[in-house]
This record gives sequence, structure tokens and C-alpha cells, in this order.
Amino acid sequence: MIRRLLTLIRKELLLLARDPQSRRLLLLPVILQGFLFPFAATLEVKNSTLAIFNQDGGAASVEIAQRLSQAKAFPTVLLLHSQQELRRVVDTQSALLVLQIPADFSRSIAGRKIANIQAIIDGRRSNSAQIVFGYAQEIIAGYVDEIARNHGQMAPSSIVIRHAYNPNLEYRWFTLPSLVAITATLGSLIVTALSVAREREQGTLEQLLVSPLTSGLIIVGKVVPAILVSLLQATLLTLIAVFIFGIPHQGSVALLYLGLLCYSASLAGFGIFISSLCATQQQAFLGVFSFMVPAIMLSGFIAPVENMPHALQFVALANPLRHFLPIIKGVFLKNFGFADSWPGLWPLLLIACVTLSLGYWMFQRRTSV
Amino acid sequence: MSGERTANNWISSRRLLALCRKETLQIIRDPSSILIAFILPIGLLFIFGLGVNLDTNAVRMGILLEDDSRQAHLFGQTLSGSPFITAVPGHTRAELERELKLGEIRAYVIVQSDFARRLNRARASAPVEVVTDGSEPNTANFAANYLQGAWRVWLQQRASEQGIAAPAAIDVIPRYWFNPSAISRNYLLPGSLAVIMTIIGALLTSLVIAREWERGTMEALLSTPVTRTELLLSKVLPYYALGLGSMLICSTLSVLLLKVPFRGSIAILLLFTSLFLGSALGLGLLISTLTRNQFNAAQAALNAGFLPATMLSGFVYDINSMPAVIRAITYLIPARYFVSALQTIFQVGVVWSILVRDAIFLIFSAVFFLGFTAISTRRRLD
Amino acid sequence: MSDPADPAAIDVEVKGLVKHFPPNPAPALDHIDARIRRGMITGLVGPDGAGKTTLLRLIAGLLKPSAGELRVFALDPVGNPGGLRGRVGYMPQKFGLYEDLSVIENLTLYADLRGVTGATRMESFRTLLSFSDLAKFTHRPAGKLSGGMKQKLGLACVLLGAPELLLLDEPSVGVDPISRRELWKMVTTLAERGLSVVWSTSYLDEAERCGEVFLLNHGKLVYGGPPADIVNRLADRAKQIRGIVAGRRTVLQRALRSPEVMDGVIQGNNVRLVLREAGRPPDLSALEAGPDAQIVPVKARLEDAFIDLLGGGPGGDSELAKRMSPRAVDAGAGTAAVISAENLTRSFGSFTATDHVSFEVKRGEIFGLLGPNGAGKSTTFKMLCGLLKPSSGSATVMGIDLRSDASRARQRLGYMAQKFSLYGNLGVAQNLEFYSGIYGLTGRRQRSKIAEMVEVFELQPYADSIPDGMPLGYKQRLALACALMHDPDVLFLDEPTSGVDPVSRREFWNHINGVVQKGVTVMVTTHFMDEAEYCDRIGLIYRGQMIASGSPDELKRACTSPEQPDPTMEDAFITLIERQPPQAGSSAA
Repeated sequence: MIRRLLTLIRKELLLLARDPQSRRLLLLPVILQGFLFPFAATLEVKNSTLAIFNQDGGAASVEIAQRLSQAKAFPTVLLLHSQQELRRVVDTQSALLVLQIPADFSRSIAGRKIANIQAIIDGRRSNSAQIVFGYAQEIIAGYVDEIARNHGQMAPSSIVIRHAYNPNLEYRWFTLPSLVAITATLGSLIVTALSVAREREQGTLEQLLVSPLTSGLIIVGKVVPAILVSLLQATLLTLIAVFIFGIPHQGSVALLYLGLLCYSASLAGFGIFISSLCATQQQAFLGVFSFMVPAIMLSGFIAPVENMPHALQFVALANPLRHFLPIIKGVFLKNFGFADSWPGLWPLLLIACVTLSLGYWMFQRRTSV
Repeated sequence: MSGERTANNWISSRRLLALCRKETLQIIRDPSSILIAFILPIGLLFIFGLGVNLDTNAVRMGILLEDDSRQAHLFGQTLSGSPFITAVPGHTRAELERELKLGEIRAYVIVQSDFARRLNRARASAPVEVVTDGSEPNTANFAANYLQGAWRVWLQQRASEQGIAAPAAIDVIPRYWFNPSAISRNYLLPGSLAVIMTIIGALLTSLVIAREWERGTMEALLSTPVTRTELLLSKVLPYYALGLGSMLICSTLSVLLLKVPFRGSIAILLLFTSLFLGSALGLGLLISTLTRNQFNAAQAALNAGFLPATMLSGFVYDINSMPAVIRAITYLIPARYFVSALQTIFQVGVVWSILVRDAIFLIFSAVFFLGFTAISTRRRLD
Repeated sequence: MSDPADPAAIDVEVKGLVKHFPPNPAPALDHIDARIRRGMITGLVGPDGAGKTTLLRLIAGLLKPSAGELRVFALDPVGNPGGLRGRVGYMPQKFGLYEDLSVIENLTLYADLRGVTGATRMESFRTLLSFSDLAKFTHRPAGKLSGGMKQKLGLACVLLGAPELLLLDEPSVGVDPISRRELWKMVTTLAERGLSVVWSTSYLDEAERCGEVFLLNHGKLVYGGPPADIVNRLADRAKQIRGIVAGRRTVLQRALRSPEVMDGVIQGNNVRLVLREAGRPPDLSALEAGPDAQIVPVKARLEDAFIDLLGGGPGGDSELAKRMSPRAVDAGAGTAAVISAENLTRSFGSFTATDHVSFEVKRGEIFGLLGPNGAGKSTTFKMLCGLLKPSSGSATVMGIDLRSDASRARQRLGYMAQKFSLYGNLGVAQNLEFYSGIYGLTGRRQRSKIAEMVEVFELQPYADSIPDGMPLGYKQRLALACALMHDPDVLFLDEPTSGVDPVSRREFWNHINGVVQKGVTVMVTTHFMDEAEYCDRIGLIYRGQMIASGSPDELKRACTSPEQPDPTMEDAFITLIERQPPQAGSSAA
């Protein structure tokens, strides 16, 4: 029986390697995700433009304006001279943030009163704008501290904040492990989703069904190559992440592969389900696409799961990627051990059992009708 | 019958209508078209609207008071009472570290044991330790900024309570233009409409011509007097109508159900949708003409249409933050201009400089794709 | 326009036509000279891959020639498409119908596209609907029509706009014999009215009825001209050996070994031969056909001429069968049926695909299931292989009930699917390795079996190729090899020779005859009536029911009548169908 299984697995892998269409399908995501997305997919704010409308001419305002201009966070600073200019700059999205310094600013500072600065934030890009606002606040706070010290006052203390696992808050340290997971997703789903449908289209499925192979064996013969391919792709992307992008790799390799294994298995079952259900490869492809896009959106890859409404968070529990992302980030960044991964692993195993059973059931239904 | 000889470029309205009618009937009778044109977009709309929420509402934060003084408790209460924090009381440092590692909390605050004493000393660092989960950088950033601000405010209040002369302070007052409640949905949803139009425009139409080739009906069509122009138009027009319809439904749903503001005019929205559909449909038809195989067509549409629309259009990920090379590439992506136009139309209204620029690029790209398709469509099989 | 009544008018002129499809090095069409005359049906004949569709597409202007000259009504279809629009009607394979649209919607579409409007349209529709007998089905979606009806609808759509030249690409493939004859009658009427018709087919009996034929093989023109000319050349060379007592297959093998015989096939209980030279028959006694055997002259056929032009048929011996060990007879099995179907029924919803079919196949027999596409033979066949579960009734193979215990039977079954399902992108060796592997062959035994197959089927020249790049005949061999490696006792062959050239077909049947002599039981499906003659017994399936079963000769005898003294298998089938009571309210007409 093992020999027959090995024959099946070998055939699937050969087909994938020989078919130019499959090769493209499997190689392209790795390239895109290794070399394009890490650069494109970032919620960081860089290269943003700050505009300053200084209605006051005093020393304090000029000092603040200078500090802001020299800050690395703002490579481009526009100096505005009128309200209309301000309006235009915001409307046309020429600046993400405008700081309006009122005419009585320096006087307030000198008189030790609370001085105001208006920050006009472009709500069209609220997330980025808020981040930029934070940078501005920091710089201004630094200035305030200096004044306090100059006046011999106790500068208010500031909290020392430590960012665990990612001290410099490098966005890529978040993105790349997630992309490893997404690559594994694509590999596993696409290979299984196409496998049954393609054999049906080509007519070879009948030959398999008429042979002594059981449905279970045929399915295992499709799931195993899918898992292998997805592991291979994930490995490639991990190597790119570690050696080209310098992402740390704290946790154990064994745990990484264990997680990948459970994850790919859960997806492979789903792929078999779709593939058995659909009559053609193209339908199967669309089916996979319709599942994958929501799955990625609702997994925590773009926005955290805890930000979702509770009902959707509940739904997301059925999404294997949602359970796998913490594991993979943990293995890369947090030196996860087995005990740490377990809360994510057991749902994956459960989902894998469910999807593989569903896949088996659908395959049986559609082939031995 | 013999009188009917048409040159290759004429358009016969009768033939065109017949082809459009055929196309429309096929759309209506094919369930997968309805799925892709309506069900998938509405699903995506709700997912983008509800599931992808970049606004950090309430960060789960662990709080440990190592000091038992009144001050410490007061500070702890201030934090717990904040609407931006969901406080999780902690008992030991180890417990908090563990919870952070597992993602149960996104940050923790330890009020150190000498908190009350150090408050009155001139020290640079506050007797408060904050650790965030760096594996969620966006949340960590937000938490850090928020806590710094909260600390300062607390210090000031304490100082004014005690009658101590407040040090000079600068109050930076934020005002949000166009999205006062700063709800990320309001800018994500208009952008997501671009993604939805790409799905209809590129994905759906890429399958259509390929399907005719696979089923052998294209051959039969080509042996009739039908011209290339008629053939292409008959593919474009019904799907254009479908796209517009879908856009109207999705926009209405966004505004009515998901409460996204709409400050522009419907006419301009339709205009830009039409321009973008020109590019999207052109891309889809081009793929379909070149690949002639439904499966490859779907893949190509995904890689050339959907992915750029999602990743490189500026709808989620800010274009300015991308490296220069990639930023340059985004200039070639029609979705980028449509997203920009949509975000302005929905949240601002009419800003001519942005809209005119976007419109010009969209016109060029539509002409490019449709034109290229027209040239590549051959009346022959080879 | 020339006088439509001028019989010699040539509407399409083809000179030295060459067509390449890169990257394929071999040309699809290699220096073809042909002409299509007005007012007759010209047959374009050849197996799959011969180049028929390519030639039709070139005439229709859908492809550009790589070299050579092609003129339709004296115009170049590629250079001057406008001049020919509307004068040429092209019906592609699969009929060019929109399956989601109803009959009338399809007709309306083509009417609009061809500029047939107003009163002309009403008149045309009326004529065409009655001509094609579809008047009652105007609102049915084209996808739900039977094969014959689709064919007629396709023709009706093409006839809109009254073209002068009709190009029909395999219009009768897989369609039931009655519809085929009706279509032929329709097209003949059209030709008599002055249309030029090109009818492409792989059925040689149809080709024989054409005014002129162009025989193509592997892109080359083997013959062009009236069929009678080449058939007559063989007039005295076609013979039949009658009165064979037993073992007609062995007789055939011996006949094929003798140098006087060029080609031979089984015809019911007789053996039909084509001699190399008229008047030099083989030595009858050497054939050991029995005391009553005699050699009788018969009418020559186009197929004989085709084989003659291709250089003669293959020998009768099967290398495969020589090396095969005889199948052990199951102890106690005796003459029990190896394959047995009893009231086998299968429904899909309200549609009954197979309706209470019963038959038995004994050890060492070849049983054929005959019938047009959609009649239910595939469904019946699949139930007997264990691919479908019966709705009721029983299917038994080697005594094992397939409903409950199919897996036990599978190791001893061999199966060859329609269109030879092979892994197109895997090499020959890899396909063989795969199929032997899943049947449990390992190690040395596997390797030696594979080597044997490569040798027996002469696959060596294609050892490094992939099936997608192989000619159809070789694919067929590979598929048969894959089905036989595990030494099955029962062989199921689903349309094993469709589209294959006659020489490959004979080779294939040599192998089958050979393995049957070693005790393998074979069940085959086909829509080629001639292949029925190669079987020991056949079952005719029509509309889900087995309307007759027995040996080919028995069935032919049952249909002999004064009007039909010597019916062919097809005649017999039609007679049997016509004897069926008409079905009330048939859903698949």
C-alpha cells in the first residue's frame, strides 16, 4: 500500500514540475511575495510631507518649525503662508499633516502659559496621518522638555517604552513571517484545488477510480504533494526573509515546520473539497480565490483580529490562517516553544481533521455516485 | 442576401444588438457570472468594511501595580478608565510576560514599586515600565503614543492639583478634516470599490472570450460577417453595464448600511467608474484574447489585475511609504488613480486638481488597454 | 457568378497548400492539391489529426496558409474576407451552438449576424425548422437537445443567409444512425439545389457516398477524386471466407500470415480479406477453416482502398498475445458468465440513462455495446467497471457484485478510457511506471513488465516523448499497455479506436483478438458499426434500453428482408430502432 501511495505522490510531483502552467502558478507567488510585497505592504509612514503654517514670527515658533523640518520623520516640509494655501494643500493631499502655529504662540511660551498648536490631519488617510501626528507630538514634547529644563523646572519624566520582540518596530519583521504563511496558503490550496478538477478534465480520474486504489489513498496521494510543495515554498520564503531581509529567527525550526505541516494539511483538505465539488479547473480556481481573499483579510494580516467586531472574530475562529499567524510570528520573533504554540496548534489540528473529512466526503460523493 | 457586403470596420447596429443580447442572456443564465458580479463584491464589501479595521479601539493592556500607594492606584485607575484601553489586571511580571508572548495582551504597564517616591524627584525616566508586543507594530505604536500622552497629562493634572506651577506646555490639538471620527472604514471602503471593479472588469471578462474559444463558438462567430469592432463592443458593453450596476449597489450599501460618507456627486462617481471600467475591461479582454484558455486567463487576471489593485493602488498600503522603485511602478496602475479619485469623491467632494489628474491617467490607460485589445483581436485562429 | 447548373464548376481550388503550426516541426498540411466542385458533396476523409479541420478552417479564412494557393470563388479568403462574407457557411465541430440559448434564440442570433431580416427571416425560419424537425422545440435550450438535434440545429444556423459553400466539420460524429441518415439526406438535397458541400468525416462508409473524396493521413493527401475510381481498382480483390466452423480468429491470423493477403478483418462469423492481387487467393486448406469453408467474392469498400493506399494492413500476429500467459480458468467457474448484468438500471433524477439492461459475457468472449452518444452505453459500461453505482439491478464481474464489493474486483480489471486518458505531460516511461505502480507492481517485476510493453508495442521511438506530442495511434498503444500491465482477466475498453486511422485500428484489434485467445474477456463500446462485426456478441443500446443482443450475424439475419437482402450492421440497427414502439413524450428526442 505504501508503494502505491508513493507512486501517486511521485506522479503528482512530476506533474507539477513538468507542467509549465503549474510551474508558473507556483513560482510566481513566491517571487511576488518575496520581492514585491515586503516593500509594498507596509503600514509604516515614510516619505510623508508635513506642512507648517507659522502665523507667529517669534523665536519659539521658529525653533519648533526648525526642529520639525530637520526631523528625519519628515523628509519634506512645506512652509505655508495663507489659509487658502493650507486649504489647498490638504485638499490636494500634498501634505498628510499641517501644523498651524497661531500668532500668540511665542508669547504664550514666554509667559509660561499653555500654548496651542493646531494639527490638521487628513482623515482620508487617517491611519497614516495619526502615525505622523505621533511623530510630530514627540518632537514637540522634546522641545517642551528643553524649555522646562531651561527654566530650571523639572522636566516631566517620560516613560521608557520597550517594544518587545521588535525593538525598532520594523514593519517588515511583521510582514515577512506573515508572508511565509500566505505563501504556504497559496501553495497548499492551489495544488489541491486543481488536482482533482484537472484529472477530471483530462479523463485520468476515471483510471484512478477504476483501479484498486481507495478514495482515501487517492486523497492522501494528493494531499501529501500539496503539503510538500507548500513546505518548499515556505522554506524558500523563509530563507529570503532571514538572509535577505534579516528577519530574526528565534524559535525552533522543528516547531516552524510542525506548524506549517498542520496548517497546510488544514488547507489541503479544503482544496480537495473545492476540487471535488467543481467540474472544471477554472471553477476550482475561482472557488479557491473566493475563499482565500476573505481568509487573508480576516486573519490579522492587515488589521488585528481584536479590531474586528465580535461576531466576525467568532467567524474567524474557523479560519486556519488566523490561528497560524501568531504561531509563525512567535517562531520568528518571540522564541516560541511548543507550549506557546499549542493554543494555536490545536485549533489547526481540529480544522485539519474537519476539512480533510469534508474533502474526503465530497470526493466520495462526486466520484462514486 | 447577396447585397450584404460589409467592410471590416463597419458596425452594424443590428449585429451589435444581436451579440449584446446573446451576451446578456448568457450572463443571466450563468450562475458563476452572478456570483462574481454581485455576491463576491458584496461579501468583500462587508469584509473590508467590518473585518479590516485599522482603528485601534481598545488595546488589551496588562496593568501591574508594584506600588501600593494611593498615587499608584490613582494612576492605575486613570489607565483602566481610558476608553482606549481594556485593562487586564496582572499579578506577577512573569504572568504579564507570558500573556504578552501569547498575544493575549498587546502591551503591559508596570507601575514600579517606588512610584510614589520617584514622582517628586527630578528624574528623566518615569517610574513606569511599558512593554509592547512588537510583533504587532501598528498597535504597539499606537499604545506607545497613547501611553506617553496619558502620562504627561496625568503629570500635569497632579501638578496643578498640588498647586505646582505647571511647566510650559504645548497642547497640540488634532482636528480631522474629511473624516472627523477618523474611522478607517471611511477610507478603506471607497478604495475597496476599486478592487471590486477590478474583479468584475478584469476577472469576469477575462473568462468570457476564453470560454468562447474553448467551446468552439468563437470559430462559428468568426465565420459570419461579424466585424472585430462589433465583437469587442459586444463583450464590453454588457459587462460595462454589469460593472456600473454593481458599483451602484455597492456604493449604496456602503453609504446606507456601513455609514460611509459621500460628499461628491453621483454623476462624477459614474464618470470615474466608467473610465476605470474601460481599463479594467480592456485588461480583461486583452487577457482573454491572448490566452484563449479559461484557466490561464483567470490566473493572469488575478496577477495582473487583482493583486496590483489590492497591494499597489494605495487603497490599504500608503504609496508614499513604498520604496521609490515600487512607487514608480504604481504610476502605471490604473487602480491607483481610481482609488485616489474615489477617496476624494466620497470623503471630500470635488477637488478638481486631483480629479482632473486622475481622469487624464484613467483615460490614457483605458485607451491603451482597449486599443491593444482591438489590435490583438484577430479574425483568424492563428 | 457562374451558372449554378454547371457541374464542372470548381468553387474551391487548393494548390500545394502547406500549413505549419510552430513549434511542431511536422506540417499539419503538406502540399495538398484539392478542388471542391459545385452541386456535390465532397468528402474530406481521414483519422484524427489528419488535417481535415485545418483544411476546412483555411477554406473558411480562419487560418492563413503557410505556403501554397487557396482560392474560394476565385478569391483569397484571407486577403479578401469581405468578398466572401456570407457566401461561405462553416459549421465547426461541436456545432457552434450556444448551449445556454434556446433553439430560436440561436437561430435569431445567426439570422441577425448574417443579415437575414424581415419576411425573409420568417420564411427561412419556417423552412429550416421543418427541414430540421425542430419546430416543436423552439424554446428548449440548445444544451438540452440530443446529439442529432444539435447537429440539425447547427446546420440550420449555417444555412441562414443562403451560403453557396457549406463546410461541415465532422457533422455526424457519435450521432445515432437514423439522425445521421437524415442529415445526409438533408445535405444531399442541398447539394442538388446547387450548393457546394464539404463534409469532413472519419467514417469511410459516408465517404464512399460522396461525389469526390480527398483522403488525408498525417497531413498528406493520399488520394483525391471520385471514390468509385479507387474502389473499382480493388473490385476483384475483396473476398470473404464463409462457412468457418470454429476459431475464425485463428483463421484470420493464418490468412494474414500468407503473402497473398494484404488486409483482413472479422465480419461476424466470416473473415473478410483483401488480396494483394486479384485472382491469387490464399490456400484455403492451409487456413484450416473447416471442410465447408469457401472463398466468396464481395463488394470492395473505400476502406479497402484506403488501406491499400497506405501500404496494406498489419500482420495478424500480436506480439503482446504471444508473450501473454493463458488466463487460469477459475475453478468451478466453468461456463459461468464472467460479466453479468441483470436488470441494470441507473437514473439521474427523473432521467433514466440505463433502463433494465440484462446480458452476460462468457470467458474469452468479446462483447460489444453499440449505440449512439447519449443512448446510455457509457452509463451501462461504467456500472460494469464499478465507476457508477446502479440505481437498481445488479452488475457482477467474475462473480463479484460490484455494488457491494467493487474493490475486490478492481485488481483483476483492466480499463481503457475514452480519449486514452494518459498524463499528457509525463513521459511514456513515467506513465507506464505510474499505472503499473498503482496496480501493485514493484521492483524487478515492474521493470521487466514495462520493458516488455515498450518492446511489444514498439514504443521505442517515442520513449522520450510525452503523450501530447505523440500521434494518436501511439497514444492508443500506450493506453492499452497501461491497461494490461497487471495481467487483468477482464478488459473494459471505452471507444478505444475513435478517431484512429484504419491501420492502427486493425493493429489494435489484433492485440485484442490475441489476448482473447489467451482467455481474457473483453467488453468494448463503440459507435462504429463496423467494429461490431469484430465482436462475438453485441448489445444494441438505444434510449437507455438494450433493444437487441446476439451475435452480429444473428442480428443481421433478423433484419434481412426483400428490400434489404444484405444489411450492414448499421442497416440492422436502424431496422431494429424502427421496430421499437414510439416513446410517448420523449424528453431526449
